[in-house]
Amino acid sequence: MDALDALEIARWQFGITTVYHFMMVPLTIGLGLVVAVIQTAWHRTGNPEYLRMTKFWGKLFLINFIMGVATGIVQEFQFGMAWSEYSRFVGDVFGAPLALEALLAFFVESTFLGLWIFGWKQLKPGIHLACLWIAVIGSVFSAYFIIVANSWMQHPVGVEMVDGRPVMTDAWAVFTNNTALVAVPHTLFGALAVAGGFLLGIAWYHLWRRRRDGVDTVGPDGKVVPGESADISGRDRDDHKVWIRSLRIGAVVAMISFAGTALTGDLQGKLMFEQQPMKMAAAEAACHDGTGFSVLSIGNLGSQNCDDIVALIEVPGILSYLAKGDFTTEVQGVNSLLPQYKEAYGTHLPDNPIYGERAGQEIDYLPVMEVTYWGFRMMIGFGGLAALAALVALWITRKGTVPESRWLMRLAVFGILAPFGANAAGWIFTEMGRQPFVVAPNPDPSGIDQVFMFTAAAVSPGVSAGELLASLVTLTAVYAVLLVVEVKLLVKYIRGGVVSAMPELVHAPVDENEDATPGPGGPGGGKPADDVLAFAY
Amino acid sequence: MELLPTIWFIAIAVLWTGYLFLEGFDLGVGMLMKVFARNNTERRVLLNTIGPVWDGNEVWLLTAGGATFAAFPLWYASLFSALYLPLLVVLVALIFRAVAFEYRGKVDTAQWRARWDWAIALGSFFAAFGVGAALALTTTGLPLNANGDRVGGPLAWFSGYAVLGGLAVVGFSLLHALAFLALKTDGDIRHRARQWFVRLLPVLLLPIAAWALSIQFLDGNPWTWALVLLAVAAAAAAWTCARKAAEGKAFLALGAFLVLGTASIFGAVFPVVLPSTLDSAFDLTISNASSSDYTLGLMSVVAAFGLPLVIAYQAWTYWVFRRRVSAAHIPEAHTFLPAVAARAFTTKG
Repeated sequence: MDALDALEIARWQFGITTVYHFMMVPLTIGLGLVVAVIQTAWHRTGNPEYLRMTKFWGKLFLINFIMGVATGIVQEFQFGMAWSEYSRFVGDVFGAPLALEALLAFFVESTFLGLWIFGWKQLKPGIHLACLWIAVIGSVFSAYFIIVANSWMQHPVGVEMVDGRPVMTDAWAVFTNNTALVAVPHTLFGALAVAGGFLLGIAWYHLWRRRRDGVDTVGPDGKVVPGESADISGRDRDDHKVWIRSLRIGAVVAMISFAGTALTGDLQGKLMFEQQPMKMAAAEAACHDGTGFSVLSIGNLGSQNCDDIVALIEVPGILSYLAKGDFTTEVQGVNSLLPQYKEAYGTHLPDNPIYGERAGQEIDYLPVMEVTYWGFRMMIGFGGLAALAALVALWITRKGTVPESRWLMRLAVFGILAPFGANAAGWIFTEMGRQPFVVAPNPDPSGIDQVFMFTAAAVSPGVSAGELLASLVTLTAVYAVLLVVEVKLLVKYIRGGVVSAMPELVHAPVDENEDATPGPGGPGGGKPADDVLAFAY
Repeated sequence: MELLPTIWFIAIAVLWTGYLFLEGFDLGVGMLMKVFARNNTERRVLLNTIGPVWDGNEVWLLTAGGATFAAFPLWYASLFSALYLPLLVVLVALIFRAVAFEYRGKVDTAQWRARWDWAIALGSFFAAFGVGAALALTTTGLPLNANGDRVGGPLAWFSGYAVLGGLAVVGFSLLHALAFLALKTDGDIRHRARQWFVRLLPVLLLPIAAWALSIQFLDGNPWTWALVLLAVAAAAAAWTCARKAAEGKAFLALGAFLVLGTASIFGAVFPVVLPSTLDSAFDLTISNASSSDYTLGLMSVVAAFGLPLVIAYQAWTYWVFRRRVSAAHIPEAHTFLPAVAARAFTTKG
């Protein structure tokens, strides 16, 4: 009767707003940790290049941070707005980690970051540094609480069914859900990978520019000879140190975090083969039971018909290793899992009004395999490529600068996107792979059979498809505009270099800007008469 | 009467009050960017009074929302889904406002600043109005069926109370911001803010007083009426203090007005958290909308330690940034880019 399908629109909205939010979040967490370490290095050594790095990367951190804050509110509100049946069903257990995230983590993050941004002069250096660490640790706890909530949807534990709703009976089980305990480090390493690529790409660009402009040259032994540029503020020898050190930190962080994601991902995979076998079968597009990992499968994955899929290249034994840690155990494919799911959870949705038009429809237990198969491979592929690139970058820059090649510089800059892609692909894989459930049933022997929920039952019954469409269009448009603005500002500050974050480096009056606001600060100094405003909006 | 749901009803009232108290003045300062500040320097003074604290203030909203979800999932689900479009407006307003604070000073042109000034002013206005409308409607009721779902289409929530609640929070926020600016700035802005405060107090508090009174006529009892009287006394005290240039006392008295006023409203509607205008049998109350005692108990333990801690470190923030800001403190805009970009341009290729 209605051409618009409220459920589909609500799912698109959740997907778009969440993937978008999770472009800002990993950069916030990863870059926050890196900046905190760098400021600690400055605090300990007093080397000027560490202060410059703190200021420059801190500035980019803040430009990005605010977008994560702004889009995070949408996440909390839309459970109630668009998914009221879901909220009613899970509220007793799912609401607590969200509330605790706000109370114990986000308050800390927001308040102490405000202190860090504005408190450069009001606070003693040690306390100022501590504020950043507290804010960064707050962001890590924030990730923990959100992942506890998400993990409960992947693997519900610690509850009992009372009057048709899961009621928390064991908070310890919820907050130490094994799904969360592996997903948290996996996500944090993923966030660090983003930060590593970010440092590497941007530092490469600046080293390249210094070479192109003839500031840095290469001696007969191939080693860099850092120079000074007279006409541009801040492009001195310390500036070279800023970029080469940033590049190396970035590369090392990228490699370590890839190793971290691989190790934790392996644990996570083994859990998922037990907790959501259908997700993992769909990740493999594996129809039949077997031991081989598909390197390339063709056929129409989207047809949702297993008979059309052919694994062209397969490595025997690897799938068994991913699932069970040996090379011979048969892993169940889609064809043998489907009957088990139908038997356990029914062949048709119940005739209940909360399913709307879908009441009584046949249930498709197979996630969209195009998404799960390629999502899984993009996650690993982008992650691995970024780590490999980081290793190559360390080798290329071992003598202290980058080659003059413009092509390589572009590769390094666009390589920044790879870890973002890996993060997004991983989340899309795990969320789409859980379908048709919004709360996946827990098949553990200790699991509670009735604790699951079909996505079809989760959407707000009282909200019209038109309202959902209005918000989908509005939020997507707003997000698109703000993405353009954020990237534009990041590019502006990146191109400006360290001086963009440190007015005090400007050694000459900065000229001819007709819009400059008259103020009491001296030319370029930007320093007020006293320390009321160490930083001003 | 159930103890834990009652405690959480009070906790959520405290969180909303904390939100209105703290974000009240930064929403108001945002609106005043367009109607009070006379030039860019004054706008920057306004911004920098709330710069270090607005984000921490906004977390009170998230915590109020999250706590409602955790403690009263059925209240959260019904209220948020019934008010779908107004909350969408609040979200968009908060997004633009937050980004505007951070991005306004990042490009040094008048046009760029003007756009973000509008984002701050309109974002603050719509956020305040929308939050006020939602709070008023949860006290006066929505057309909800037995499942707690809105009946009657996307605009069925609309009523005079929505407008009254919206104006109430907008008016209070503006007044609270004037009190805050009188306390936090120096020079001309300080004196103007105090003048405006004295002149506008009766007008700006009119809608919130009308809301509190109409709730008392609907659901009031002797002790909530007493709170209303005390609130009126606090408003009078705020006015008197402002006239005597006791800015700190005026700010605190207005804060007391807010605390007493919200207490009178939440106290009157208790134990109903969201009435249904269709049938009082469908009312959501602290009993039928709440989480289990186990969950509430867990949250109580965490909040008992967490909330005082939040209040302590936020108070410390205000102490760190306690000094008055004036036009003389505002540094020149930092124009780094022309030099570097011009150079990059000329050497390209």
